[in-house]
Amino acid sequence: METGAGRLEELALAPLRRTRRGYYLVLLGLLVIVGVGVFAYSRQLAGGLAVTGMAPTENKIMWGLYITNFVFFIGISHAGTLISAILRVSKADWRTPVTRMAEFITVVALMVGALFPIIDLGRPDRMLNVIRYGRFQSPILWDLFAISTYLFGSFVYLYLPLIPDLATCRDRLHDNISAPRRWFYRTFSAGWRGAPDQRRILAMALVLMMIVIIPVAVSVHTVVSWIFAMTLRTGWNSTMFGAYFVAGAIFSGTATLIVVMAILRRTNHLEAYITQKQFVYLGYLMAALGMVMVYFNLSEFVTAGYKLEEGEPVYLNQVFTGTFAPIYWFYIFGGLLLPALIVLMPWTRNVAGVLVAAVFVDIAMWLERYIIVVATLRVPQMPYNDLATYAPTWVEVAITAGAFALFAFLIMVFVKIVPVISIWEVSEQLEQEQGQPAIDALPFPAAQPAGGS
Amino acid sequence: MVPITRRRVLGATGAVIAGAAAAALSEGFLPIGGRARADEQPDPLRLRRWVMVFDLQRCDGCVGLGLPPQCTQTCTWSRFVPEGQQWLEVFESELNELPDAGIQFLPALCMQCQNAPCTNVCPVAATFHTPEGVVLIDQERCIGCRLCMAACPYDRRFFNWDEPVQPPQVKSSPYNVQTQTPAIKGTVMKCDFCTDRAEAGGLPFCVEGCPRDAIYYGDIEEDIATNGSEVVQLSRLLNENEAFRYKEELGTKPRVYYMQGHGEKALPKTKTEHERTFMKDRLEWPWERIVAELEKLGAEKPA
Ligand code: SF4
Ligand code: SF4
Ligand code: SF4
Repeated sequence: METGAGRLEELALAPLRRTRRGYYLVLLGLLVIVGVGVFAYSRQLAGGLAVTGMAPTENKIMWGLYITNFVFFIGISHAGTLISAILRVSKADWRTPVTRMAEFITVVALMVGALFPIIDLGRPDRMLNVIRYGRFQSPILWDLFAISTYLFGSFVYLYLPLIPDLATCRDRLHDNISAPRRWFYRTFSAGWRGAPDQRRILAMALVLMMIVIIPVAVSVHTVVSWIFAMTLRTGWNSTMFGAYFVAGAIFSGTATLIVVMAILRRTNHLEAYITQKQFVYLGYLMAALGMVMVYFNLSEFVTAGYKLEEGEPVYLNQVFTGTFAPIYWFYIFGGLLLPALIVLMPWTRNVAGVLVAAVFVDIAMWLERYIIVVATLRVPQMPYNDLATYAPTWVEVAITAGAFALFAFLIMVFVKIVPVISIWEVSEQLEQEQGQPAIDALPFPAAQPAGGS
Repeated sequence: MVPITRRRVLGATGAVIAGAAAAALSEGFLPIGGRARADEQPDPLRLRRWVMVFDLQRCDGCVGLGLPPQCTQTCTWSRFVPEGQQWLEVFESELNELPDAGIQFLPALCMQCQNAPCTNVCPVAATFHTPEGVVLIDQERCIGCRLCMAACPYDRRFFNWDEPVQPPQVKSSPYNVQTQTPAIKGTVMKCDFCTDRAEAGGLPFCVEGCPRDAIYYGDIEEDIATNGSEVVQLSRLLNENEAFRYKEELGTKPRVYYMQGHGEKALPKTKTEHERTFMKDRLEWPWERIVAELEKLGAEKPA
């Protein structure tokens, strides 16, 4: 084997040098979906929110897909913090090859997620009123501050470990790239030479950022949940909502990371660095979080169901046996228990198995957000004769699809601009490992080309 | 000792998160002054504290008259309420779970909560308390996030999903926050307690529209209330009839009271018990028809 670092560099830089036709085709496809979403939004701007499925519910279900998507995307943005910061703090070395992807998911998911409250506004033209007349007592202001802080922090946290790799791009890619890109690498590598003092400053900054970013990330999903928990509604009026949302966020974030990781590993030929080990470890993490979610469900529904306060019977009936029952039981069995089972069974505990589990988790977590928003709003607060029913219109569906396409699109653009794997961190780790015997007890050597499939 | 109120907790939380101290306490909506005694002259400088009382013994949902609920209808007609919204909605609810307990009619408008979940959560202070304690909405500021609708435990807020249809005179009038005219697309509306009427010495339209005299409007400060036919001492009316507030346990501190009953005093009755039908579905929003008629007139005139 040639020195690990040299080979890695070649592999990581290859996609930045050449682009296949298939890439452009996929990119185009995504752009078309984004375009349909933008068109749908233009219809909404013209016709007002009357074009959504919320309008016919007679003001009873005033939030729908948009708020569901908001919660979901902000949720998956927790991929980055968890993998990079928490694992960095706990010195888990296996995370090194996947941190970059995780951090990028964070930034992209936040940007896409933050669009949704704006899309949901009745008066997007008055958006800036939130700054002009903002009241700190409103949960929306808390969200605004938490999310913008998190977005800024995540940008920094993504950028800092990028600097040495941007310098590598600057030094290695000079001939076959365009002038703007050369300028980009030169400017943003910030004069990195790999000098000892530069390394020291970078290491310090990284430690600082990872300590700062964890509480910020926790606060973000806590205040997202407080938009709901600060009301007196059955199903939202819960003190554990913050913790429940944060756990769900990290859970779906991990799943999203696994999915993105599996795709990029294939397209960018990173099988040698992102091995079964990363998948299985993240799978374990996902399974554990799934159990935490089971616990939260139990805790919430048993305490509510035992007392059966006003409103609860309607809520619990529709979730357990009524309109939302198929979604709910899919979430519990398909989204929490099945993935855990897949990861724990030795014969499905491989890349494909973990990937399937992660896809299930992502779908189930989106559905869970949907139940939290729509099923709760459906519980009557006044003695109505019948319950309202919400069915999203094509506008809402198209905007949702557009958002997912935008998410994928931004990730694809990203992989063409910077290496998706942190070259310098992985190389450093390889060097260290070659010097010392592996400490790892589990049977997955850190970066062996033979690993995985 | 300083009592812990939700507003305080909220204020503290907001301050911690945003790093801005004591923003919550500057709003000053809390009612001013104590209660006037009967032998005292009301202080002209004191602020009114408007309240409403529904006598459920008299309210029969206008079933006995064979009409749709007239409070809702009068409010809708006089306040130019956009189609589909019922700022004052009369609900039919089971009196209790006993056999043959019967139906109770429960008229509900915005309860003018003093600890109002809707004003607490509004990000831009578009929904706010007037010094008198009435909750109003500034539709020129509202961004249409609908968090207040999610927060209102009485479902008493309505959204203009579409461009609201109103007569052209209303549409072209300058915006008035007290009457919420003209209605603005993409913003929230609700009962505004007719403060403009009260200031001018009149009664809210719904009070005037009630054929059963079942609605009282009054002022806690002066301890007086009227249903349009008689003037009563408010505190006595409430105490003697053991008035309650809807969902009192939530701590929203509404300014709307109910006197328990099921329409037993709704006289005269023109229908027997067996013929009862509630005509809520016959409520009218005439705006589209009016606009169409006016357009037709306008088209005919030049000819
Ligand atoms: S009833 Fe609803 S809209 Fe009216 S003050 Fe209370 S919370 Fe606000
Ligand atoms: S919809 Fe309007 S009034 Fe209601 S909370 Fe949002 S900005 Fe405030
Ligand atoms: S007080 Fe005025 S706005 Fe409120 S329900 Fe009565 S008539 Fe309508």
